[in-house]
Amino acid sequence: MRNIWIIWRKEMNSYFVSPIAYLLLTMFGLIFGFFFWNALGYFALMGMESQMRGQMFPMNLNEQVIRPLLSNASVVGLFFIPMITMRLFAEEKRSGTMELLATSPIRDLEVILGKWFAAVTLYACMLLFTALNFAFLFKYGNPDWKPLAIGYLGLLLQAGGLLAIGTFISTLTKNQIIAGAATFGVCLLLWVLEWVSGYETATWAQVLAYMSVITHFESFAKGVLDTKDVIFYLTVIFLGLFFTARSMESLRWRS
Amino acid sequence: MITVKELTKRYARNTAVDHISFEVQKGQIVGFLGPNGAGKTTTMRMLTCFLPPTAGGATVAGFDVLEQPLEVKKRIGYLPESPPLYPEMETGEYLSFVGKLKGLSGAELGKQVDYVCERCAVADVKNKLLGKLSKGYRQRVGLAQAIIHNPDVLILDEPTAGLDPKQINETRELIKGLAGDHTIILSTHILPEVEQTCEQVIIINKGKLVATDSVHNLQNRARGAETVLVEIAGRNGSLEMVAVQSRLQQIAGVSRVQFKTSHGNRNVFEIESQKGFVRGDLARAVVEAGWDLNELRPAAMSLEEIFLQLTGSEAPTEQAATKGAQ
Ligand SMILES: Nc1ncnc2c1ncn2[C@@H]1O[C@H](COP(=O)(O)OP(=O)(O)OP(=O)(O)O)[C@@H](O)[C@H]1O
Ligand SMILES: [Mg+2]
Repeated sequence: MRNIWIIWRKEMNSYFVSPIAYLLLTMFGLIFGFFFWNALGYFALMGMESQMRGQMFPMNLNEQVIRPLLSNASVVGLFFIPMITMRLFAEEKRSGTMELLATSPIRDLEVILGKWFAAVTLYACMLLFTALNFAFLFKYGNPDWKPLAIGYLGLLLQAGGLLAIGTFISTLTKNQIIAGAATFGVCLLLWVLEWVSGYETATWAQVLAYMSVITHFESFAKGVLDTKDVIFYLTVIFLGLFFTARSMESLRWRS
Repeated sequence: MITVKELTKRYARNTAVDHISFEVQKGQIVGFLGPNGAGKTTTMRMLTCFLPPTAGGATVAGFDVLEQPLEVKKRIGYLPESPPLYPEMETGEYLSFVGKLKGLSGAELGKQVDYVCERCAVADVKNKLLGKLSKGYRQRVGLAQAIIHNPDVLILDEPTAGLDPKQINETRELIKGLAGDHTIILSTHILPEVEQTCEQVIIINKGKLVATDSVHNLQNRARGAETVLVEIAGRNGSLEMVAVQSRLQQIAGVSRVQFKTSHGNRNVFEIESQKGFVRGDLARAVVEAGWDLNELRPAAMSLEEIFLQLTGSEAPTEQAATKGAQ
């Protein structure tokens, strides 16, 4: 436990000593802010239109602003995940510090968990940044906070899974760029897999669509906590970390 | 303290370490000697549980490297070939990170960090980023990190690489000072280093163990005889080589006289004596013959020669010369 904390501290330190954390936070904040004010502007327009027509559309912040925003955040997040994880192991392998970690009295799993938690923490910081926008909503409207909380949980779970995959890919190479590019490819693939369900309903298409991380985010965006989807993400996290552990082990046997 | 049995490491194409066995007693300093690519680093990596052996095994401080790696790692301080530093950390911060990794905490951690900073002369760069240190300082920080938890066994892969001469000496002294409490294995291909620092030497070549013995024994073993170098100058400028040779040859116990080099009228001869102490007779003979005796020193066979003899690699001029003489 203590060792996980030591590694976590070290990783957080190196994120925030270099510009990478600030860059990611700023970019994510800007992009999300843009989406937010867009959605809000659109919402306001809709509200005015419906008033002018004299109809009383049920206007709902949760349905019309928060839900699409959460979906957007989940997609935007896919682009940021590789930048968070690419250095985790690749950098250690390149600079030879892996030799320090591997010869210290600390288990592989502790190293992996420390690193993965640090990645998740950075992602959570990014989300926290976006929460400022929602604070605005709470000030001037009264959205339901529960679906929002569930949405955020979904974002974290989804990112947790992808970060675990990214961590795994980072163990495969010494080259950060390769790790980043490969992770990006996988993230993108896990997103677009869902598209096959648009035109095909055969079993293979269903399986592919099922594997898409976006499919499972739907329920969270709606504010529904669906156990199946929670389990899906937890499985991805577990598999990602499991393969990371296997990879670290085989690294020694192969190299 | 360290027992290595039939240790073997095979890579896809080649065998880096081939059935090596040796033992290191507690408190000894052992030099691990071999040319580039001999398998020194690979052996050390197996001892530190970084690489698993393909066959055979090793125990460190009574623990098996394969069965109880965690226990082994607790007792080992390791300086890899390139110091494992995080460029974005400051020296003090890094040392305290490593200390924590090795299980130190609280006041003891602070104390150890200060101690190793002092000991390895890195106190003046304590607040500098590791990425901005010079090669020598990086090496010192690497050494500091290896001893931070006061380990029973120290494994140092070329600890003096990249240091300046003064620092090399200090590091050797430091390493010597650490012996006793610590068992130390250091790898090097610098022979004087082994002669100066180590008590025991293990020579490997192309993955195979060539010799393992004390430095002293090894020097004797390679050549039973004592070799002395004398530098002689003629009084009036010139010197008759043949006369000198035959005069020296007459001294009891001298088995071979060989002319080595000359600088102006100063001539160096290598004299091999069967055994015993011929230096006194030698000096007297030279002076009585009316020559100047500029220098007389024992040429303990350098490890270099021993090494070349033992590993049988292509020797430079010296061995060719020896062959020519035979
Ligand atoms: N990861 C690897 N994969 C394949 N072969 C390797 C690997 N690492 C080392 N070798 C080979 O193993 C042999 C021994 O290498 P090693 O690094 O142990 O030598 P060394 O004695 O430390 O040499 P040096 O003095 O240059 O440091 C070399 O022939 C090397 O090419
Ligand atoms: Mg080496």
